[in-house]
Amino acid sequence: MQHTVTIEDTGERYACAGEESLLAAMARLGRRGIPAGCRGGGCGVCKVEIVSGEFGTRAMSRDHVDDADRAAGRLLACRVYPASDLSLKVVGKLQKSVCGVVRPVSSVTPPVTR
Amino acid sequence: MAMTGVLRPGHAQVRVLDLEESVRFYRDVLGLVETGRDAQGRVYFKCWDERDHHSYVIRESDRAGIDFLGFRVLDKANLDRLEAGLKAYGIATERIPAGEMLETGERVRFTLPSGHVMELYAEKTKVGNGIPLVNPAPWSLQREHGIGPVRLDHALLYGPNVAEVQKIFTEVLGFYLVERVLTPDGNANAAIWLSCGQKVHDIAFAEYPEPGKLHHCSFLMESWEQVLRAGDIMSMNTVPVDIGPTRHGVTRGCTIYAWDPSGNRFETFFGGHLPYPDYETMTWTFDNFGQGLDYPQRKLHETFLTVVS
Repeated sequence: MQHTVTIEDTGERYACAGEESLLAAMARLGRRGIPAGCRGGGCGVCKVEIVSGEFGTRAMSRDHVDDADRAAGRLLACRVYPASDLSLKVVGKLQKSVCGVVRPVSSVTPPVTR
Repeated sequence: MAMTGVLRPGHAQVRVLDLEESVRFYRDVLGLVETGRDAQGRVYFKCWDERDHHSYVIRESDRAGIDFLGFRVLDKANLDRLEAGLKAYGIATERIPAGEMLETGERVRFTLPSGHVMELYAEKTKVGNGIPLVNPAPWSLQREHGIGPVRLDHALLYGPNVAEVQKIFTEVLGFYLVERVLTPDGNANAAIWLSCGQKVHDIAFAEYPEPGKLHHCSFLMESWEQVLRAGDIMSMNTVPVDIGPTRHGVTRGCTIYAWDPSGNRFETFFGGHLPYPDYETMTWTFDNFGQGLDYPQRKLHETFLTVVS
């Protein structure tokens, strides 16, 4: 099932299937320079904060996500799988590439429906 | 060349987030040979052509990264000599009893100023490579499983105090500096490649603020074509690839960097030049680091500098 993910920093939205990680689907936006990192929960570069929505997770390294992070929804996008539409903020090293260009509201990508 | 001290990196112990998923990856995709499991839950692997019981050990943990890297030394006399040298240099050592790791003798453990735990050992059971020692065939069927590297070749570790680490390896452990990359101001080394024999490197370090980080463990392939085949197998299994296939300027080795299921980077590596201890060190200026990393593309990939476990 497809869910819509909103990047609050930019207003950008993208589609993400329930069996697909937030990072894998974000990478399909084709934004240049997204540091996808290890994609295995070990390196921490793709850290996001889930602001709202339901999701499941797979194991990720405590070096980058401690109990306080987990309680606050600060997680690694490569290990988070949406169970509903959700909103996130970019907090890790991803921030530079995702939010580096200020885009006018009119250019916000419409949600993908398939 | 007579090698009478440290012989080679003989084992790495790496932390994984999901043990069985990682066992499937290392056994079936990378194509290592599983040789044992112990009471701590660790799983032991070797590459098909290695003779010793294991070279790569994984254990489940809530964080990725490397526990320690162990070097095989020639014999117990050299183990004692090298430990005495470390102590005289001012480095604390401890002895890990024989058998704590399967089929392995006593180990001398110490911590580098980069935060990495190193070990030296002189004994590990030789289980062979599946080929007879008399009239041996050139390879066995174990090679034809997954990527199938020949051996654990080297590791690149990220941490602080690389200048101090270099002194320990060259002044105490008998290594020599093969290549280096200078810092942007040219006054220090940003990264160093060290050899204890005639391999282009047995271990490498890069300066990094966080201690004890793993950049990659490297596995040796027999040819450039085998590196390309490794890339095919990675893609067939949707293994996340970082860089390559390409050729490093530093070492001249052919490479693919990719990540295991827990975000520990590994390398499939082939080639490299063959240095001797009397050769002069080769130096790369920081503005040529891109060529050093990826010679054809001349590109200093950002992930090389920022993504570690």
